[in-house]
Amino acid sequence: MSTVESTDNADIVAAVDNRSWFRKNRLAIAPWLFLAPAIIFFLIYVILPIFQSIWISFYEWDGLGEATWLGLGNYIELLDDDRFYTSLWNNLLWLFLFLLAVPAGLFIALFLNQTVFGMRLYKSLFFFPFVISQVVVGLIFTWFYNPNFGIVAEIWGWFDASPPSILGDERYVTYGIIFAGLWPQIAYCMILYLTGLNNVSPDQVEAGRLDGAKGWKMLWYVILPQLWPATFLAIVVTVIGALRSFDMIAIMTQGGPYGSSNVLSYFMYEQALSEYGFRMGYGSAIAVVLFLIMLVFISYFLWSMYQEEKGGH
Amino acid sequence: MFPRPIEKSSVGVQTAYKIFLPIALFIWLLPLLAIFMTSVRSAADINSGNVFGWPTDFQIIENYTAVFTQSDAVTYFLNSIKITLPTVAISVALACLAGYALAIYRFRAALPLFFVFIAGNFVPFQILMVPVRQLSVETGLYNTVTGLVLFHAAFQTGFCTLFMRNFIKALPMELIESARIDGVGEFRIFWHLVLPLVRPAIAALSVLIFTFIWNDFFWATVLTNGEASKPITAGVRALNGQFVSQWHLVSAASLLAAVPPVLMFFLMQKHFIAGLTLGATKG
Repeated sequence: MSTVESTDNADIVAAVDNRSWFRKNRLAIAPWLFLAPAIIFFLIYVILPIFQSIWISFYEWDGLGEATWLGLGNYIELLDDDRFYTSLWNNLLWLFLFLLAVPAGLFIALFLNQTVFGMRLYKSLFFFPFVISQVVVGLIFTWFYNPNFGIVAEIWGWFDASPPSILGDERYVTYGIIFAGLWPQIAYCMILYLTGLNNVSPDQVEAGRLDGAKGWKMLWYVILPQLWPATFLAIVVTVIGALRSFDMIAIMTQGGPYGSSNVLSYFMYEQALSEYGFRMGYGSAIAVVLFLIMLVFISYFLWSMYQEEKGGH
Repeated sequence: MFPRPIEKSSVGVQTAYKIFLPIALFIWLLPLLAIFMTSVRSAADINSGNVFGWPTDFQIIENYTAVFTQSDAVTYFLNSIKITLPTVAISVALACLAGYALAIYRFRAALPLFFVFIAGNFVPFQILMVPVRQLSVETGLYNTVTGLVLFHAAFQTGFCTLFMRNFIKALPMELIESARIDGVGEFRIFWHLVLPLVRPAIAALSVLIFTFIWNDFFWATVLTNGEASKPITAGVRALNGQFVSQWHLVSAASLLAAVPPVLMFFLMQKHFIAGLTLGATKG
């Protein structure tokens, strides 16, 4: 290296220095380089918007002009809004009735957990409804419920009864939509349980049999405890699915008749972005309420995962 | 195995099971069969009220071509592809990087960051709606395919990172440690050692995200308003308005919209299910 001029030499030394600094600290720096793209994307499109929405919920804003500070005004208006209570009530209905997908999925999984010829194909076909877009499911059921030429009309026709207009009647409409939503959700829970049943330890089942357990007892004391991971996941996705329900309502009723099938997610959309006007602040306030409800569940899920993480590693 | 294998039951029970199985499937898939039957009917059948009986004549080709020739279905379909494929690529790539960092390195922020990704994945869309729409309008991405791709990719990164991190965490750590001792750089370890090992996870995520994004309706309605960037889900709804009471055409369009995710599911079934169960086969 004696032929290299002194200035170059300094550069090289600096470069080597830099390199070794990176080398020394690479275990501390590398994870951030790997994480940077994901964090930037997630920050811009998910994390920051949450706080922006909370901020906007304190304003009256049409999305274009100046925003006016209202403080808690939007929330106070919400407390006085019957449509809000209807939506909240429907959200609760969705939550409870949607959870029926979990036992129903288990039931079908138990029914299908056999090894007769062609079983693989049967299982995939049973799973089919989940793969299809909710838009399509919504359209199918809208048509089924049609009192003039739907399948409901057909069945009622056998008994010479005049069919109910399920989607046109405030008493039935939400149940009708939830029923349609259950179809793909049951398929989802079923597949979770089928995978879970695959992993049930045969030894324990045998041991249970020797102890004289069978049928319901076997299911309750031996099988279900082992299926807990599947059950947990099924409950998570079903709760989230119930609170997220939007597509079906948008397709089937648009919240009608007279807002009776509204849920918070659709009510929010309707307030902020539809022909009823662009009430971004009010809409955001509704979104914040929905977010807070969801946060209760998210916290519980994270807490469970944290416990598992602590125990597992 | 639970329930008791049917082979151990009497012949009568076995036969009953084998007879009941297809009947149960038939009832379960009745909605789909019904729209399939409708999609091959003639308009005359629909108008005369023959909706559930046997079609008087089969117009399968006529109806399905009509969907494409009488509407913008081709554009919607192409848009769906243009939205879905890049989203899958970006979100899976970001998640490989992030999942690797969260699984391999021990640093204090690792677990909190991981939980932020999980939590973000569960938030209701509505809390993001106004700001994301506003951001898209301001950056000129509103009503563009790019706008939808960027948002979807960002949002799906949460779920993908959760999945990837858990998958990489289950890999033998000694492999990576010994590569480090041999002086292999961090990125080279990721690229040459870890990436080939996570191929099953990449496949699982890809099929799953493909289906999620293909079936997305909410963001399609929030971030687009014209025909130019509308995907097939929003398109089917538009067609439903356009083909008023032409149920045979609406049904055909709906079924066409369902074909790509269904194909994806059937071709990549193992990966699809591994993805849905979060690879939770360890339970």
